[in-house]
Amino acid sequence: MSVEGETYSRIAAFGGVYSNHHALRAVIKDAQKRDAEAVFCLGDLGAFGPHPDRVFPILVENDIRAIRGNYDDSIARGLDDCQCGYTDPRDNHFARISYEYTLRNTSRMWRDWLGELPETLHIRLGDKLALLCHGSPRRMNEFLWESTSPKHFLEKLCDDHRADVILCTHTGLHWSRELSEGRLFVNVGAIGRPANDGNTQVWYTMLSARGGGASVEFIAVPYDHEALAEEMSEEGLPEEFIETIRTGWWTTCNEVLPSKERKRGKF
Amino acid sequence: MATDNLSPAPAGATPKSGPGAEAAPQIPLLALDHLWFQVAGTVCNLRCTHCFISCAPDNHSFWFLDLQTVSEYLDASKAWGVKEYYFTGGEPFMNKELPAILERTLAIGPATVLTNATLLPEKTARRLAEIDAGSPFSLELRVSLDGPSAETNDPIRGAGTFERTLQGIQRLVEHGFLPIVTAAQVWCPQEDAKVYRQLVEALQQIGYDRPRIKILPTLHIGREEARSRGYSAEERVTSAMLENYDASQLLCSSARIVTDRGVYVCPILIDQADARLGANLKEAARPYALEHRACYTCWVNGAICANVGGIGLER
Repeated sequence: MSVEGETYSRIAAFGGVYSNHHALRAVIKDAQKRDAEAVFCLGDLGAFGPHPDRVFPILVENDIRAIRGNYDDSIARGLDDCQCGYTDPRDNHFARISYEYTLRNTSRMWRDWLGELPETLHIRLGDKLALLCHGSPRRMNEFLWESTSPKHFLEKLCDDHRADVILCTHTGLHWSRELSEGRLFVNVGAIGRPANDGNTQVWYTMLSARGGGASVEFIAVPYDHEALAEEMSEEGLPEEFIETIRTGWWTTCNEVLPSKERKRGKF
Repeated sequence: MATDNLSPAPAGATPKSGPGAEAAPQIPLLALDHLWFQVAGTVCNLRCTHCFISCAPDNHSFWFLDLQTVSEYLDASKAWGVKEYYFTGGEPFMNKELPAILERTLAIGPATVLTNATLLPEKTARRLAEIDAGSPFSLELRVSLDGPSAETNDPIRGAGTFERTLQGIQRLVEHGFLPIVTAAQVWCPQEDAKVYRQLVEALQQIGYDRPRIKILPTLHIGREEARSRGYSAEERVTSAMLENYDASQLLCSSARIVTDRGVYVCPILIDQADARLGANLKEAARPYALEHRACYTCWVNGAICANVGGIGLER
């Protein structure tokens, strides 16, 4: 499913579905309403949420172009862990529960499908070359946080990978930084869980070609988070995960956050 | 990363032990992500018994870096795409220019200071908070504390340091910081979980309700060699040990450290003459052979100098 070089003037992008099929439906509907010509998913379809197999048909039916995140790579290959890059023992404890549940409940057919997803995509947004990846263009599970990604570092990523626009996800928090010569870096965020801001809605990104450059808009989408929380509860997923869905605050996997991002959260 | 980037040391490299001993494997600099500054040289107000570079008030082997020197390296670092800046010593706050250096750094990227937090009067803490608030980047304070009580910490770090360090941490927390408390594993590993719990309790008692804690292995060089033990002959990194090993875990694949005597491979090895790689970043970008026993600790634990990572605990 190569879309190498295809040109668009307005696209939607998101990452981190984390099995949240309720949010996925709501986001696709919202993006279509806003006239997105194409919708891209930057990976990590499973984790955290219930019934992982429910997200794949939604992606296929809606012609969403997906790339492979570290979680997808692990599930496809049946690895021992999710390759999320956590180092704290408590974080790893919850990551393990989530990973084992997701691996157990993803069918062989969809695991094979995940294994065939590309690691990166190149498209054109107007006359800008855009590179879509999961963590960073150089490493699938690299965390690119707003408060630890200097402009000159992002410029070098663009230079090294010959891109005018880089889109990534992996951290679960959306942000963007304008670079030189109209170039742009965007972390498109995640739709599987809220953005650690005390709100239950999730965030995705609209990108538009505009006057030789690209503009970015982050969009919050409410969805039936109670239905998700109930399904998680029925599936026996940790109360900590359910609390995040119901409150908008991250309760686990916080130790990887740099201080600026950590301070904005409750835990 | 792929192991095919790891070329063996050139023929003729000196065998480390016995005739025909295998040359140490070389690690290329994959990307200069982390630029360190030995900003206080080897000058420290404390004389910790486990210090791997034997810092002390009278250890002037390395001297302070001034604002001008750091600024020149910050400017040069942009072309290298440096991602994070780290400041260590000695005790960085012995260098009176540190706040100005941090302000300059945080204008372009994130900064981390490795400190004992005993030289943080109210005025300095307030200044740090102002610098932090004025930057889009994170200012991390990594505070060394080697035990959850004066009885455990002070024999290592000096009389009264537990109390003084806790006061420093408390002041940082009051100014909105979430310091990363780092403890060297000076206890036996079986006690990891217990010590961790006690550290959490000690920090919560002073009002740090969500403490960030990082436990580090000790490095058996410098003063630590006398305190515990040196490395054994078997504790060395060989080429075979790097097969199927993610060498990006090793700091030397992504970092260099600036000192007043040139650029060295990593903050652990500045006492080792062959760890000086050049007079500037360009010269110091060459590969480094893992000659030293301390490289073994890095190989075992990985990423020990980064803000996240350390010894994993089951708890």
